[in-house]
Amino acid sequence: METKPAADTKPLLRLATAWFGGCAGCHMSFMDLDEFLIDLTAKVDVVYSPVMDVKEYPENVDLCLIEGAICNEDNLELLHKIRERTKVIVSFGDCAVTANVPAIRNQLGLGNAESVLQRAYIESAQNNPSLPGEPGIVPALLPRVMPVHEVVHVNHFLPGCPPPADRIKALLVQVLEGVEPRLEGNQLKFG
Amino acid sequence: MGACRLCLVEVAGIPKLLPACTTKVREGMEVQTNSERLRKYRRMTLELLFAERNHVCAVCVANGHCELQTLAYSQGMDHVRYDYRFPKWEVDDTHPLFGMDHNRCILCSRCVRVCWHIEGAGTKNVSGRGAKARIISDLNQPWGTSDTCTKCGKCVMSCPTGALFNKGSTVGEMERDRGKLEFIVTAREKKQWIAE
Ligand code: SF4
Ligand code: SF4
Ligand code: SF4
Ligand code: FES
Repeated sequence: METKPAADTKPLLRLATAWFGGCAGCHMSFMDLDEFLIDLTAKVDVVYSPVMDVKEYPENVDLCLIEGAICNEDNLELLHKIRERTKVIVSFGDCAVTANVPAIRNQLGLGNAESVLQRAYIESAQNNPSLPGEPGIVPALLPRVMPVHEVVHVNHFLPGCPPPADRIKALLVQVLEGVEPRLEGNQLKFG
Repeated sequence: MGACRLCLVEVAGIPKLLPACTTKVREGMEVQTNSERLRKYRRMTLELLFAERNHVCAVCVANGHCELQTLAYSQGMDHVRYDYRFPKWEVDDTHPLFGMDHNRCILCSRCVRVCWHIEGAGTKNVSGRGAKARIISDLNQPWGTSDTCTKCGKCVMSCPTGALFNKGSTVGEMERDRGKLEFIVTAREKKQWIAE
């Protein structure tokens, strides 16, 4: 990619990525951007991400890619903070867009949080069967897993499980060029 | 049939949108199949289909070979604006060769029609109404206990989604040979045996 001299004066885009109820596959796919990641470093300042050691979500973020469904109280709290402090939010991958696999527990109806914990930590436990509980440390599960847009306003959607790197790139390039991102055809395929 | 409302078209002079599949063509009829208005309604209908049952493409046998999925992205559906209902539905795996996952069924009734009119077995039926409507085998019994099913697999060939599948297929493996149905029907009706 060519760098125009004027690009030097343009402030870097403040980019964040967040990870909620998802398998980290979307972030792995982001890493698959390979050499485009190097082009990206000339244009963005990564200010928050699970692959960095930053504890607090900063103010004045331009763009945040959100991976994962909203599953527990911590997810909910951070998501509201992200919305307050971010101009453009992208639902990044099927778990963020549809709630996907994490939401399968919703099919068990109300009380599903107890039954999945019971299944995972009591029935399947080989040693010390007990429910995880540490108020203030282990966040409580929400009664129902939600896609991101059910909780806050989402600006753009990037489906795929995970979205392939070229799809992520297509969206990022459009955002960086300042055009309204548009993905079409099988760039919008779920799964 | 007119069941899914995905084939809605605009006919000049008629304010209502009409399903193409149940509308007779007339001489001089002016038909629009792809306007802004039609795309808007088609997308809404698709979103409702996704919200109504549990479509988890990432772990679906039909992923990548699904007519619902393909239609959704071709119509620009990047997310579903309605709240998902997350209903509880069963998977019937009692048949020796095939499985039925009600989570993925869109009630298009192709399986019913193919089973009655092409195979002539009459195993598949629709039971119930509205959100409770579902595909049943014989007298609402496990498919594997059906006396009428000839195990021909025509319902599986006809299904547009991951609802009917060959046993043993895993994520993305359920590719269907729709051409076989065409071959059978052409052979029967025109006495022509045309293989692809
Ligand atoms: S049936 Fe089609 S739309 Fe539904 S989950 Fe399977 S691949 Fe996705
Ligand atoms: S396998 Fe054939 S007979 Fe059996 S339900 Fe399907 S279409 Fe009907
Ligand atoms: S063909 Fe498939 S989607 Fe259509 S009604 Fe039968 S099982 Fe459901
Ligand atoms: S309503 Fe015409 S094909 Fe479904």
